[in-house]
Amino acid sequence: MKAKHQRLWLVVGALVALGGAGALAFSTLGEKATYFFAPADLAKGPAPTDAIRLGGMVEKGSIQRNGETIRFVVTDMQKTVPVTYTGILPDLFREGQGVIAEGRIDPKTGEFTADTILAKHDEQYMPPEVAGAMKKTGGVSAGG
Amino acid sequence: MHRYANPARFLRIARVATPLVALIGLALTAAGLWIGLFDSPPDYQQGESVRIMYVHVPAAWMGAGGYLSLAIACATALIWRHPLATIAARAIAPAGAAFTAICLASGSLWGKPTWGTYWVWDARLTSMLVLLFLYLGYLALSASEADKGGEARGASILALVGVINLPIIKYSVEWWNTLHQGSSISVVNASSKIAPELLTPLLLSGAGFAFLFGAIVLMRMRAMLAQQRVDARSRRMAEALA
Repeated sequence: MKAKHQRLWLVVGALVALGGAGALAFSTLGEKATYFFAPADLAKGPAPTDAIRLGGMVEKGSIQRNGETIRFVVTDMQKTVPVTYTGILPDLFREGQGVIAEGRIDPKTGEFTADTILAKHDEQYMPPEVAGAMKKTGGVSAGG
Repeated sequence: MHRYANPARFLRIARVATPLVALIGLALTAAGLWIGLFDSPPDYQQGESVRIMYVHVPAAWMGAGGYLSLAIACATALIWRHPLATIAARAIAPAGAAFTAICLASGSLWGKPTWGTYWVWDARLTSMLVLLFLYLGYLALSASEADKGGEARGASILALVGVINLPIIKYSVEWWNTLHQGSSISVVNASSKIAPELLTPLLLSGAGFAFLFGAIVLMRMRAMLAQQRVDARSRRMAEALA
């Protein structure tokens, strides 16, 4: 076997081994690398006492404003979590859009108090006229 | 492949190809950015800030694609010991690092008005930052090995190990919950969730960035080969005088 063939197999073998090691590492990393939990994830186990991030959709018709404080419901279409937040909201925060709330969940009431609110954008990009036309025909659920 | 790996033949082809590739790149980028910035509609949610996409997304493609070509050049250098492959790798790395930095900076500027934050440590943003560090690590290591007159073998191995980050970047938005949105364009299904008016400038500037990337790499490779000739000639002259 020529030296360059040996080197070829060495590189291929090393890359396969590296890929395997990476796959193992990531299978154990699992949920720890996740940026936020959906309401259904939280419903699975006991309510976490640490600060967490809650992500999902702002349920339509759930926003209630009371001065600086806002209350709304985050849904993932399976479970819901009520959220309260006091402060400035990002421009993209609106009903039917994705949202990520950082804060703590009250283990007794199940209510989530957020310190920070981030708006999540989806992968749909279109001009406003198209979005308007699609909403009329029911093609897109308010940009969901 | 061996035919084109001959530096003299490469230089003959590159002399003609460089200005052509650069001109095509400039024309496509100018067309894509003109349409993207002035002659396309805003997005229904993001408004005008969607225009950052026409720089951000092509820069991300170049960052990741550039890393793949860096890894291929490094593998070729390690296995077949082609000096031209090492030169190609050294030419690719700074360009790839620059595009990755542009991607991170433009994404950060988009994140503030859209998400409400410049930066979060989610899987997509973090893996893209790791890509920048891999480029910088390769650059530092290959520079120090070049100073010692080596073939940058350690740097090449580092570049190959870093390849594992590429599928992580690509699938980060599927494997984990991230603040960054999922992929809008699927090459496998040849489908896109971007309206045609917004997709056209994106693809134009994407193609333009790719040609510009190629032109930068060709220019750098020619300059490095010329530098090698200068070094060799001055060595010979010094020996003749001694």
